[in-house]
Amino acid sequence: MKAVFDEGDPIEITLVVNGERRVLRVPPLRRLLDVLREDLRLTGSKEGCGEGECGACTVLVDGEAQLSCLVPACQADGSKVATVEAADLTPIQDAFLAEGGAQCGICTPGMIVTTRAWLDACERDGTQVTWEGAREALAGNLCRCTGYGKILASVLRAAAARNLS
Amino acid sequence: MKVLSVRTLDDALRALRDADPDARILAGGTDLMVEMETGRTRPPLLIDVWKVDALRGVRVASNALETNTLEIGALTTCAELAKHEEVRARADVLAEAARWVGATQIQNRATIGGNLGTASPAADLNPALFALGARVRLASTRGTRESAVEDFVTGYRRTSRAPDELVTAVIVPARPRDERRAWRKVGTRKAQSISKVVVAACVEVQGRTLRTVRAAAGSVADRTVMLPTLRDAIGLDVVRDLEAWTRVVERCVERDVSPRDDVRSTAEYRTRVLARLLTRMLHDLSTAR
Amino acid sequence: MRKNGQKETPRYVGGSVDRPEGRAKVTGRAVYVADLQVKDAWLGAAVRSNVASGILRGFDVAPSLDTSRIVVVSPQDVPGENVQALIVDDQPVLASREIRHVGEPLLLVAAPDARTLEEALAAIRPRIDATTPVFDMEASTQTFKSIRIDKGDVDAAFAEAPKRGWRVIEGTYRTDSQEQLYIEPQGCVAWPPEADGTITVKGSLQCPHYVRKALARCFGVPLEKARVVQTETGGGFGGKEEYPSVVACHAALLARSCGRPVSMIYDRHEDLAVTPKRHPSRVRHRTVVDGKGRLVAMDVDVLFDGGAYVTLSPVVLSRGCIHAAGPYRCEHVRVRGRVVGTNHVPYGAFRGFGAPQTCFAVERQMDRIAHAIGVHPFELRRRNSLRVGDTTATGQKLVASVGSQEVLDAIAAKTGIDRHPWRAHADASNALAKGPKRRGLGVSFFFHGAGFTGSGEEMLKGRVRVAVLADGRVEVLAGSTEIGQGTNAMFLAIAADSLRCSTSDVVVATPDTAHVPDSGPTVASRTCMVVGGCLAKACAELLERVGGDARRPWRERAVAFLRAGGDGQVTIQYHSPSDVKWDDATYRGDAYPVYGWAADVAEVEVDVDTMEVEVRRFWTAVDVGKAIQPKLVEGQLEGGSLQAVGWSHLEVITTRDGRFEQDRMATCIVPTTLDTPTWDVTLIEIPYAHGPFGAKGVGELPMDGGAPAVASAIEDALGVHVDHVPATPERLLRAVTRSTGTTPGSHGGTTDAGDATHGGSR
Repeated sequence: MKAVFDEGDPIEITLVVNGERRVLRVPPLRRLLDVLREDLRLTGSKEGCGEGECGACTVLVDGEAQLSCLVPACQADGSKVATVEAADLTPIQDAFLAEGGAQCGICTPGMIVTTRAWLDACERDGTQVTWEGAREALAGNLCRCTGYGKILASVLRAAAARNLS
Repeated sequence: MKVLSVRTLDDALRALRDADPDARILAGGTDLMVEMETGRTRPPLLIDVWKVDALRGVRVASNALETNTLEIGALTTCAELAKHEEVRARADVLAEAARWVGATQIQNRATIGGNLGTASPAADLNPALFALGARVRLASTRGTRESAVEDFVTGYRRTSRAPDELVTAVIVPARPRDERRAWRKVGTRKAQSISKVVVAACVEVQGRTLRTVRAAAGSVADRTVMLPTLRDAIGLDVVRDLEAWTRVVERCVERDVSPRDDVRSTAEYRTRVLARLLTRMLHDLSTAR
Repeated sequence: MRKNGQKETPRYVGGSVDRPEGRAKVTGRAVYVADLQVKDAWLGAAVRSNVASGILRGFDVAPSLDTSRIVVVSPQDVPGENVQALIVDDQPVLASREIRHVGEPLLLVAAPDARTLEEALAAIRPRIDATTPVFDMEASTQTFKSIRIDKGDVDAAFAEAPKRGWRVIEGTYRTDSQEQLYIEPQGCVAWPPEADGTITVKGSLQCPHYVRKALARCFGVPLEKARVVQTETGGGFGGKEEYPSVVACHAALLARSCGRPVSMIYDRHEDLAVTPKRHPSRVRHRTVVDGKGRLVAMDVDVLFDGGAYVTLSPVVLSRGCIHAAGPYRCEHVRVRGRVVGTNHVPYGAFRGFGAPQTCFAVERQMDRIAHAIGVHPFELRRRNSLRVGDTTATGQKLVASVGSQEVLDAIAAKTGIDRHPWRAHADASNALAKGPKRRGLGVSFFFHGAGFTGSGEEMLKGRVRVAVLADGRVEVLAGSTEIGQGTNAMFLAIAADSLRCSTSDVVVATPDTAHVPDSGPTVASRTCMVVGGCLAKACAELLERVGGDARRPWRERAVAFLRAGGDGQVTIQYHSPSDVKWDDATYRGDAYPVYGWAADVAEVEVDVDTMEVEVRRFWTAVDVGKAIQPKLVEGQLEGGSLQAVGWSHLEVITTRDGRFEQDRMATCIVPTTLDTPTWDVTLIEIPYAHGPFGAKGVGELPMDGGAPAVASAIEDALGVHVDHVPATPERLLRAVTRSTGTTPGSHGGTTDAGDATHGGSR
């Protein structure tokens, strides 16, 4: 039932997406996920459920991991958005490759972005990076392929690469 | 459908005053966006208050009538509640409840005002708020009022909010220094789940004897409910009077709640588990050092 | 690989090859079907029945519907046969009269945008005269398939039992349905037929050649005129084995009718509501066991619910029945299996394919026997385990690559399960003096046949081709798909080591039926063993052919070979090893060329106030023949085990009036990180002579053992028999309080957690 998000008089929104300023004219409830995937052709963020349950659509909004299928354009307006296509995710991406954290890959963008938000927060708050902490941080990202073990190993590897312990 | 995004509290209140009574308030969107996606709701107007900074912030306030109340702006997210020093210190069950709403991403958007305003019977924060004796503050162009949260929630997804009112804050009064509190949620899994049973209790004990109790539960009725029958246990010693305690809990579960079968669980399970959780919770709170 | 008697150490097999599609996946550049930018595509959807059983009388169309903006396809518009081709031709592409399940597709609608499509779907309502549905599989009179396996003389053994003082132990076990929940929903894009009649479909799928066959039937065209291309696929687990043929036929019909590409991408709600799930089962065991704890006779009655159409049910039943007696030696075995029709949404393929259901039953029965006769459950398994030289229930003599003892040894060494005082401290009571947590350890032992049953692989005639490209690289052309399990990396490793070149000299072609041969479907744990095996042979032959100085780089030699006029293409078709003999009529013989073997131990912690089960640690010891890529194999074992763990106590699928109650992701529950145990995987390699580098199948094996291991652990913790998965808190609480009333402080009894009802109860 996606047509509901096309309702309302279009508004102009400004986003900084992966470092680039974008100005768009979109319906106010247009999901940030659709703005990214369709208007900006950034298809890295995925739609697994459209109801905020799977985490595959996770992006960073002003540094916080949020579900882009639940963020309407009128609220995203003015924010900095980072997606899996961002250039500075390479260390985390390398870690996922090295540890086997990606199998079918559909949950991977969401996992990587959530990982980035968490590691940034750990660094900011001085929180220790632990297996348990990683589990809780990624509990909103469902994976059906891996059994999570190698995903958590990827997160810890990425943390080590940042000298976070 | 029209969408009106406002930036100030005044704009929000004026918009509400002029709006169709079926207008909905859009905060973090974790409920409303899903309701629209499923086709469950299609309001004529959405008033988007996400950018009203006046609705953010947590502070400790004092006035002539009350000291050391926790004033939580309606747009405070679960993530903020879970981490905030003052919330953890003064209303730990609220911080704990917030930590188990959905998961990281949901917590970054779900707000305390939204949780209360949606008034889902499964709302995770509400039992904690009820048990803490919290109040909701509402504003309109007509003025401001406050209501005890248990009076504010009036039915299945219904509140006493008038169509022109906006939840602006939640007030948690200073709790007694010796108060002991606990919160527990049984979900369909350990995270990212809607509760089957969720319960919170705030008690004062002397020795092992119960002196005061405020407890509330969710997902066991059409709304979050207080559990007043537990007051019958006041004066009982949880170890010496275990039989009597048990009977109070049984009466409570008979009278104060009315669970149903649904896609997540059964009335039978909810009834039994609520009784077990209350017994264990009150026991542990009473016997803790 | 031998050459001149020298055995070369493989460079890649046994090590770690970068997934060729890996970088694209982690940077968000991998193209899944919803990522395709298709110019001028319309959106398609189906009008579906809202009752489980009835006669379609027509459609009520709201007068407000502007039909000029949409295209509608009805059964009469099917150009070929209105048959969803699979095994039996009982399922139409679009139903025209008889409705057999909720969600049955009746009409197709295409529109230029989402709003128009949604309005059209809301405006077209089927008029159906409801008839009485059948939901109870025990009551169904429509048998899709029955199978019987006989070994020895079961009746005689049961008759002997009282005279010899042998025990007879009975048990009934149930497993509920399970949803695959691939995180990428089903979907495809179809293009209108070209001038020469070729139809093209791209989509999320496991078996491009299955889809091709279905399109050819539906459109009445030869196979070559139906082109199917696999896009990056976000998980399948069997859920995308047969169903993509449905989506493809629908989208292609719409594309033909509206003359434009049509995209049909399911939202999660539709996917959950109408796609096939795991067959529910009821399995009854009667077992004779002697005074020494040896299995004398096993009488097994297997019943599966197939749902409304046959789809793959005969094969699911087949695998289920062949595995029903477990990895145990037993002289007298009878398995009687039936899969029946009901008015549920058709059930279909999901990892394990019948074996998880019967494995759960036999493993629970082993625990029941152990408890009844006072033998340790681990020891009982060890004592009765099949070994080299033994014969299975179908009379297959196990000749080689039988890691049964090795996996049992390994799991015992890792966990001490053989010394664990099982059920000794079982305590379901929630007395306040103790805390509410109870721990338990449980074990399972299981095997899984690799490849298609019996003569299946011969009938598939799976082929692989390798072809030297102009630059000297070798292209691997196979119909096998990468769906996360690591097909691409595995093919690279096998090819590069077989060619003695670098993986950068090898490229795996996209599975496009216009370019790759039919290697058989990507199912049945066959991709590595069967297709990889053909690949190794093809590469070995190519290496021979190309020849040249082995010290010179591969590409140089290959280019020189081509320039000299050499034929750089080798195609190898699979042939079963000649010593594999199977009789389909009597179900006797070598059911599978080889089996994978495994043992699992689960550690649980149960909260006796709420009966929530936490699986804390999970050990698995697995004989895989040879781990072509150990990290990928671990990934399969951990992922498959978590699906089994989820099924064991968490993943509830129930129906009401033929409709799945869990029709949103919010209610269709699978494990999160916090529901996941820590994993301990032990890989054991007992090479299989006919598998590439010794490898045999592994993909489905982990699905078989997790549920009974968790159930066994719950039994250890609580002292209740767990006979029905998922062992939800509701079921466990009912079992524990059944004979003891509802007062919180009382002790739980040792009663069974089996339910009399199936499907609807939680």
